[in-house]
Amino acid sequence: MKEKKLTLANVASALIVLCLYVAVFIAEQKLPATSMLFTVLKKGATYALVAVSMNLLNGFTGIFSLGQAGFMLIGAYVYAIFTIPLEQRVNVYQYYAGGVVQFTLPVFVAMLLAGLVAAFFAFLIGLPVLRLKSDYLAIATLGFAEIIRAIFQWNQLGPVTNGSNMLRLFPTFNDFNIRNADGNVTVYLSTLVPLLVAGVCIALIVMIINSTYGRALRSIKDDEVAAEAMGINLAHHKRLAFCVSSFFTGIGGAMLAMYQTTVQAKSFTSAMTYEILLIVVIGGVGSVTGSCISAFLFVAASEWWLRFLDEKQMIGNWEVPLLRNGFRLVVFSIIIMIVVLFFRRGIMGTKELPDLFRRKKKAGGELK
Amino acid sequence: MKKLMSILLVLAMVLPVFALAEDLPVVKLGVYEPASGDSGAGGKQESLGIQYANVETPTVVIGDQEYKVELVYADNGSSTDKAPSAAQQLVASGVSAVLGSYGSGVSIAGSQYFADAGIPAIGLTCTNPQVTSGNSHYFRICFLDPFQGTVLANYAYKTLGARTAYCLAELGNDYDVGLVNYFKQAFVELGGMVIDDTFPTGNSDFNSYLNNAAMYGADVFFSPVSIAYSTQIVQQAAAQNVTFPILGGDTLDSNVVANAAKGTNVKVIITTFYQEGANPAFDEGFKAWLNSDSEALTNNGGNDIISAVSVMGYDGYYTALEALKAAGTTDSKAVMAALPAVTLIGVSGEIAFDATGDAIRTSAFVKTVDTATGDWQFVTEQTVE
Amino acid sequence: MWNTVFPYLLSGISVGGQYALIAIGYTMVYGILRLINFAHGDVFMVAGIVMVYVVSSGVPLWLSILLVLLITSLIGFLIERVAYKPLRTAPRMSVMISAIGVSYTLQNLVLYITGGLNQIYPTIPWISGSVTIGSATTKMVTLVTPVLTIILVVALVQLINHTKIGMAMRAVSKDFETSQLMGIKINSVISVTFVIGSFLAAVGSILYFTNYTTVIQTSGAMPGLKAFVAAVFGGIGSIPGAVIGAFIIGIMENIIKGLDVILFKSGVIKAPLGLATFSDAFTFALLIVILVFKPTGLFGEKVTDKV
Repeated sequence: MKEKKLTLANVASALIVLCLYVAVFIAEQKLPATSMLFTVLKKGATYALVAVSMNLLNGFTGIFSLGQAGFMLIGAYVYAIFTIPLEQRVNVYQYYAGGVVQFTLPVFVAMLLAGLVAAFFAFLIGLPVLRLKSDYLAIATLGFAEIIRAIFQWNQLGPVTNGSNMLRLFPTFNDFNIRNADGNVTVYLSTLVPLLVAGVCIALIVMIINSTYGRALRSIKDDEVAAEAMGINLAHHKRLAFCVSSFFTGIGGAMLAMYQTTVQAKSFTSAMTYEILLIVVIGGVGSVTGSCISAFLFVAASEWWLRFLDEKQMIGNWEVPLLRNGFRLVVFSIIIMIVVLFFRRGIMGTKELPDLFRRKKKAGGELK
Repeated sequence: MKKLMSILLVLAMVLPVFALAEDLPVVKLGVYEPASGDSGAGGKQESLGIQYANVETPTVVIGDQEYKVELVYADNGSSTDKAPSAAQQLVASGVSAVLGSYGSGVSIAGSQYFADAGIPAIGLTCTNPQVTSGNSHYFRICFLDPFQGTVLANYAYKTLGARTAYCLAELGNDYDVGLVNYFKQAFVELGGMVIDDTFPTGNSDFNSYLNNAAMYGADVFFSPVSIAYSTQIVQQAAAQNVTFPILGGDTLDSNVVANAAKGTNVKVIITTFYQEGANPAFDEGFKAWLNSDSEALTNNGGNDIISAVSVMGYDGYYTALEALKAAGTTDSKAVMAALPAVTLIGVSGEIAFDATGDAIRTSAFVKTVDTATGDWQFVTEQTVE
Repeated sequence: MWNTVFPYLLSGISVGGQYALIAIGYTMVYGILRLINFAHGDVFMVAGIVMVYVVSSGVPLWLSILLVLLITSLIGFLIERVAYKPLRTAPRMSVMISAIGVSYTLQNLVLYITGGLNQIYPTIPWISGSVTIGSATTKMVTLVTPVLTIILVVALVQLINHTKIGMAMRAVSKDFETSQLMGIKINSVISVTFVIGSFLAAVGSILYFTNYTTVIQTSGAMPGLKAFVAAVFGGIGSIPGAVIGAFIIGIMENIIKGLDVILFKSGVIKAPLGLATFSDAFTFALLIVILVFKPTGLFGEKVTDKV
């Protein structure tokens, strides 16, 4: 199915991705840093990573998990707890005398740790839960996310998690910018770095999907019983997929923390999981490219392009009716319903970026 | 086709909408307030004060040039996860300064974005010390929680004679949790006993918590929570015929809460920034404006009782104008540099900033609900050194 | 001891009854379509919002209640027709996602209409009044709820066991395709299921919001999720199971909220531990335990997969 060697299609895809990165780098140096474009790219990169990791479970392995928000929470907290500068801890852990963690880790080490801790929790949760079937698995993972949220909010754990209070003042995306001695930014990297991190993680996921493991996972999705009969260890493979997916979701959580600049357990609700699920569906269940494209479209539409629907607009002297706070979300949800009902295969179906070059030229038009 | 569509959409968004027949240049002020969510009602009342001030003084002279002041609204949805995009929206629209927010959590959540963009923010009623501590861009014109908590604890212990206090806060709400914490410190220091509890966001069943308070034999129920929860607590307390008074902070100073207590025998006591009647000229003007604008009246909860938060919004707007005048330019960094030296006599009292950017305030008003009429009644003015 | 526990027990029975009325909608839909109708909690919330708007437009209270029941049933019917029927042949995941989409749409629509502000639920005389039993003072609705719930459940069970449409429902839930071949009008059976489910959710919403007086767009999410857990707990597809599950969850949740006090009063702990934080989480922990040890719930039937 997938060729390992360098085909024209693969090279063309790699070139497109490279061009996008260069374009982002140039845009970041030239455009004002406050432009909404960068906000969208940063959040989009985060959501793309989480959506692809969800797709690895739901689209490629057929495990319907709804625990994403919980694993993102773990990732975000682990990252924040280990990167808040020591001198700021007294301010952040204001009710817990500076907390018990009294050392910091470098940013990328903390991100890695965020992923590992999330994967570890996934391992524990997976032991009982992965034996369940479809809907039951979905609701059990959803329940786990809620339990994790409550545990992180518990007052008694305050010295570590700051209880239900906000964690903040840790390094954010803006700290990737290179500054000169006066504190002025010389090279803007605050958008490029998150895109690179997400890109590397997604590339790793694609490699897993295309490996022997990936083929085993697909066979589990197609038919569990048949896969088992072919000698695939179901429990082992499912657990592996669950842990890998949670690892990258954890890293996504750390990125979300950096994007939001603050972390608080109460915002990691099931609504967040549903949003990511919608991104996966809109992109096409079983397409990594689709998840990436739809993550950026989803974020851009909800944060940027549809914003005007929330404010009064005048065309000449005529005030456009219906427009007021909240209308954006109504339009947005109707668009989602239309996609879900009438474009069930999503933007990409199960196609990937290189596939577009293998088929007729026409298919390329669908990309963005 | 999709590509073309999206490009068109982007262009439509990026190109500024040119105002027709406007001679004056525009200076933008961001209104960073919740218009929805648990604190939506409070945020709207705070915005009303800003809007009224803007109607009263729509222009400002900066340097030698007269500017029209344009308010840019961003709804932070009362929640820390919606706050970042609201803050970024304001930053992207190029405001010179930001006013807000109602609620400390959302102020802290948006803070970093304003700092990164070099935009000063003036907190109106966010009372948690963390909003301004350790940064140079956040200022505030109201009193702080350590002060408010001490005032309330003193009032509960000395005036009400309470010895056991039950405190209830929303999980993860910096305002509630902070205020409860400072209340607790002061109350324990006085010799009282405190039991504290928290409830999850979105909870609507307060019966069990009221039960808890009764079981512990609490003399006072301290719940400085959002208006949405306060009204439910008051109503459920009425249904349970509780014997203890309900004590709250400045968030409860809203006619919405007073309406909930109307016709019941629940005693509600709060501390706040302003008492209606202290400045008759302002009261009269504000009420006339409310009554002339049906949308404003709806946002004020349907009647023209003045909430203290509206007064703070009004004062905040004039503080921002003073800063713009002092800066002599619309550049946000210059405004930030000018702010620490700004002083003015506001409706809520004298406004001046200390080294951390907090207002120097030493008194708070204590009010209670007249359950027969549903009005706020002045009890006393409390000062703590 | 009894005096300490009693008020929590009472709140628990009341809220349990309200969860039960929502849970029936979940369990019936799941029984027939094998669909977790994520939008059901939001239908419950919409019923509350409709009540607020109908009453504030000046309609008399008794008529408002009837209208709310009618409109909510209609909304349930329409949701099924618009969002689920076109996906009858699609994979189950698509339908579930459509349900999430509907939930998202309903919440955003209500956010837009209400401006995102809490709406105060109208007071219904008599059931809003206070009543004192033993050591607890509570609203009348606390006592009315369990009684009304049981009456409605008995009526529903009669309907399912003794009417033609009830028989059709049982047949469809047993075997979707075969019953279709037998000439049962699948679509009308499904519509009736949604109408009944929404009707009961509307009754539940009247009782729930009379107790907890504020409605906002997210009001349905947690009760909905808990009611679903109750349905799974009791064995999904089983109506008595859903009702018993709902009562258990309602009671446990309230006991947890008061656990600190109970332990404190009985001298087990010296200082409160803040266990109330876990009142929601406990529900889900219970769910996972039951799923792991008895995956079909308390009263569920064992189904074996055919290869």
